[in-house]
Amino acid sequence: MSIETEVLWLDEHRVVSLHELLEVSGLQEVELLELVHSGALPALDAAGGSYRFSARVITIARTACRLRDDFELDTRGVGVALKLIERVRDLEEEILRLRAQTPVS
Amino acid sequence: MKYTDYYAALDVPRGASADEIKKAYRRLAQKYHPDVSKEPGAETKFKEVAEAYQTLKDPEKRAAYDALGSRPQGEEFRPPPDWTRQHGGNGAEQFSFEDIDFADLFSRFGARGAQGSRGGMPGQDFEVPVEISIEDAFRGTTLSLSLSMPEYDANGQLRRVPHTVKARIAAGAIDGQRLRLPGKGGKGFQGGRDGDLYLDISLKPHRLYRATGHDLYFDLPLSPSEAALGAALEIPTLAGPVSLKVPAGTSSGRKLRLSGRGLPKPRGGAGDLFAVAQIVVPDTLSDRERESYQRLAESSSFQPRRHFREEEA
Repeated sequence: MSIETEVLWLDEHRVVSLHELLEVSGLQEVELLELVHSGALPALDAAGGSYRFSARVITIARTACRLRDDFELDTRGVGVALKLIERVRDLEEEILRLRAQTPVS
Repeated sequence: MKYTDYYAALDVPRGASADEIKKAYRRLAQKYHPDVSKEPGAETKFKEVAEAYQTLKDPEKRAAYDALGSRPQGEEFRPPPDWTRQHGGNGAEQFSFEDIDFADLFSRFGARGAQGSRGGMPGQDFEVPVEISIEDAFRGTTLSLSLSMPEYDANGQLRRVPHTVKARIAAGAIDGQRLRLPGKGGKGFQGGRDGDLYLDISLKPHRLYRATGHDLYFDLPLSPSEAALGAALEIPTLAGPVSLKVPAGTSSGRKLRLSGRGLPKPRGGAGDLFAVAQIVVPDTLSDRERESYQRLAESSSFQPRRHFREEEA
């Protein structure tokens, strides 16, 4: 069976609701909100009392769910791990940027 | 199906206690979890470890697994009929061992118990790493992904079903870009929603260009005379050759920017292309070249290391 399908870019141009983020991440609402309040999951705003997020956050929220399940972490542990992973990712991107600018030979 | 030795995957003896199994899993998860590990093959290794733990941490699943006996890793086998009766769960009479793998056999235990309370069972999400060329990122490309997904058929039997998913990736993908294909993961069961397919894009190394975000860098070798006197050069870009004016007095490491000649951005605009100047000299000189360089050396007042003396002073 061959299926041509739509492709959604998980980037800063697309906005997702709290409901959509809960549906695709596997997190419980109380967990997701705790991660937002701790700063581990950045929200764009809280339009009409409900949070909205950049679609980039879907990747972070799914990572949070994996960390919770695979390491049996509580939400505070997940939050700390997410922040450390984000710091590592920023440093890796900086290394890649510097390598790209450095002549090969 | 092929037998998988879950005790070997966790590196514990068959008689290990639940606590020993949990400790072994935690140790290996910290070593191989794809979100925290950079070990080669970590993701594959973690899947093996997690699959083993999912079965051995659950007393019912572990008992069913142990009842299969100890076999060589990878040996082809079918569970005996009495095993199906004793451990096959509520749907034992429907249990088929065709088109499923070893992990599916045990994931079925929890799955059948969880279904039905509200909205059926959701289909499984899948994450697939995809490598594309810089040229494909520049022009856009259509991927054809062949995947084998565990699905429940109308009779509730779990089967591996081959799928080909075609996905159009518009121009502008960069290294680390994530894409979501809603509903293209595993099929839901009894009204559960279909799972999603996630693509994790990375760019293949290119013979010329190095990408960082939407910007591209490449080395621009210059002869000493081109660097000193300046030059008009034709250089390659992803859209075809363009002319580049190298200013007189260009030193190695200087970055010459070609605005908007990098990778396109999905919502318009494009990154930049940077030529990184590198002054190169021939390995050997002809007599005439050597004489010219000697005359230049004698007549030039250029002092490239003057700052050494300034620091000493």
